[in-house]
Amino acid sequence: MGDHHHGPAKGLSRWLFTTNHKDIGTMYLWFSFAMFILGGTFAMIIRAELFQPGMQLVEPGFFNQMTTLHGLVMVFGAIMPSFVGLANWMIPMMIGAPDMALPRMNNWSFWILPPGFLMLASTLFMEGGAPAFGWTFYAPLSTTYAAPSVTFFIFAIHVLGVSSIMGSINIIATVMNMRAPGMTYMKMPLFVWTWLITAFLLVAVMPVLAGAVTMMLMDIHFGTSFFSAAGGGDPVLFQHVFWFFGHPEVYIIILPAFGVVSQIIPAFSRKPLFGYASMVYATASIAFLSFIVWAHHMYTVGMPVAGELFFMYATMLIAVPTGVKVFNWVTTMWRGALSFETPMMFSLGFLVLFTIGGFTGLMLSIAPADFQYHDTYFVVAHFHYVMVAGAVFSMTAAVYYWLPKWCGRMYNETMGQVHFWISFIGFNITFFPQHFVGLAGMPRRIPDYALQFADFNMMSSIGAFIYGASQILFLYNVVATIVAGEKVSDEKVWDGAEGLEWTVPTPAPYHTFEVPPSPELVQAHG
Amino acid sequence: MLRVSANPTLDTVIKLVAVAVAMFAFVFVVMVPLYNVLCDVLGINGKTDGTAYTAVSTAVDESRTITVQFIAQNNEDMPWRFKPEVTMMKVHPGAANDTVFFAANPTPNDMVAQAIPSISPARAAEYFHKTECFCFNQQPLDGNADAAMPLQFIIDQDLPRDIQTITLSYTLFDVTEMVRDAVASR
Repeated sequence: MGDHHHGPAKGLSRWLFTTNHKDIGTMYLWFSFAMFILGGTFAMIIRAELFQPGMQLVEPGFFNQMTTLHGLVMVFGAIMPSFVGLANWMIPMMIGAPDMALPRMNNWSFWILPPGFLMLASTLFMEGGAPAFGWTFYAPLSTTYAAPSVTFFIFAIHVLGVSSIMGSINIIATVMNMRAPGMTYMKMPLFVWTWLITAFLLVAVMPVLAGAVTMMLMDIHFGTSFFSAAGGGDPVLFQHVFWFFGHPEVYIIILPAFGVVSQIIPAFSRKPLFGYASMVYATASIAFLSFIVWAHHMYTVGMPVAGELFFMYATMLIAVPTGVKVFNWVTTMWRGALSFETPMMFSLGFLVLFTIGGFTGLMLSIAPADFQYHDTYFVVAHFHYVMVAGAVFSMTAAVYYWLPKWCGRMYNETMGQVHFWISFIGFNITFFPQHFVGLAGMPRRIPDYALQFADFNMMSSIGAFIYGASQILFLYNVVATIVAGEKVSDEKVWDGAEGLEWTVPTPAPYHTFEVPPSPELVQAHG
Repeated sequence: MLRVSANPTLDTVIKLVAVAVAMFAFVFVVMVPLYNVLCDVLGINGKTDGTAYTAVSTAVDESRTITVQFIAQNNEDMPWRFKPEVTMMKVHPGAANDTVFFAANPTPNDMVAQAIPSISPARAAEYFHKTECFCFNQQPLDGNADAAMPLQFIIDQDLPRDIQTITLSYTLFDVTEMVRDAVASR
């Protein structure tokens, strides 16, 4: 803390050794975008193969590697790090802190990510190919029948798990200990609240994932039989352990997205968020419920009826706090002075499409009906509505919303609107037809399909190419803004925006809130 | 205990690391044993008790007859011939019944097998008691050898009255490699 007013170091060492939350946030965001493009490339290969029935472009084994890596890269490489990057950038500025609580650990938690993903991607070039057992890596597919590269996959999961745990410990320590005077818990911006709860989920379940892959490692190399029936184990145990991690994981992905939308919708409605306290309690309720619903992913494994009923009712219960949130967002807009800049458009897109994804989720929660939907394209459509239109749309909205604050330059609004509409239309062309083919019985994770699904699959593929191409426009818009964007005219950027992050100069200086904001300022913006 | 900490951030970190470590341990010391206990107690997946049962009562309920069906199958590449002596028995609850399964190793190599039982309907698993079973141990067979493997069982008198047929399925796994690895590591 010696010299307060130095700027960033020069050259590569700035990025390697930085402990500045803004630098680390920027690196997280760029890294996650790179992973988004990589995972998107895998998706394009999948959709190209499925463009027409019959084996067209790739071998079935390679197709399975693509579905697996697409899921892993998007979940662990694109969505999760992008929200961690956003947390790094915004949380200290939102609570009036000078930096994260543990800046050096922050550097480390970012810098172990690229090697981890390099290792995961390198399995593509190994003998036997990359992991091909789906992103859920069910045993024994991922143990007895896996390619030798599975060991590298396990180590990669360990590495990014450690990164996530360190990142979330940092966020919790920051939020609990570094809030400016007057910033009480119930005054924190909702993005901070949702991230605080997300971080607790991460600390609780990433070790469970680590445990699951450790058991796989031991089964493969050390002669144990956790998941091998021959030695007295049980493959179904894997599914329980995995989904005990996996269900909280889907809320880890969506809760920060809820937080982002809860910042943006009030700003463009020029009204405070409706039902702030109920939003906080709804987030906490969702987090709690996420621990007791995992088996709804595995209704078909042969559970007792009592188990099916418990998990069905518990799952349906999640619709209540989620509904509270959706109604609060809608009510926030009610009689607001609405305007529809790009961040608002993506937030509205989120609201509509996430709600559709939520409804298909309710359909899937019905145990007797799920026996038909299980492992079909209906499930694929459902989780892309909540992951892409949910998490990715809100992340895109966040970038458009805060980018002018970050770099002091305004993005091209026309290009932003075009990006939104291409994304929105492309996304729906891709995933809406998948509901129909799924209900008609098309299984997921197959490289070929029956002829009656041909038309809808071709539509899906065309939509996917459109949606994929629209991301290039997004990249261009962001780069053009940073390099040569028009200077932001209004210091506050958005007239309706509230929060401490808008009280700092534009562009946000390298160090902010070295002196905590005054309690009056916190009161005015809390 | 002092309420105000000298370094609150460090305190938070220590607590959170402890949570993470505890959750990692939770998988191994709680989830795995709990799953196995629940499966044993509730008979989920048709798992039967892996140890010999000692009969507590000799009363035989002759008022009803239960059909017990036997299924024998090989897991994936297991080359042994494996079949029950009879595919069906009619038994009274409480009575001890004997049957055998035949196994033959057609390969010239010495092999070891493990039979894994499963009961259907799963609800019947806790009422199906084995007093002797080849599935309690691994079965070694020399190359080109065969064996008759005994099974003795008692159906509990408390078996729910709506269950009239019980299917006992054995899947035979090749564990030669596992046994060899275990011996080698000693």
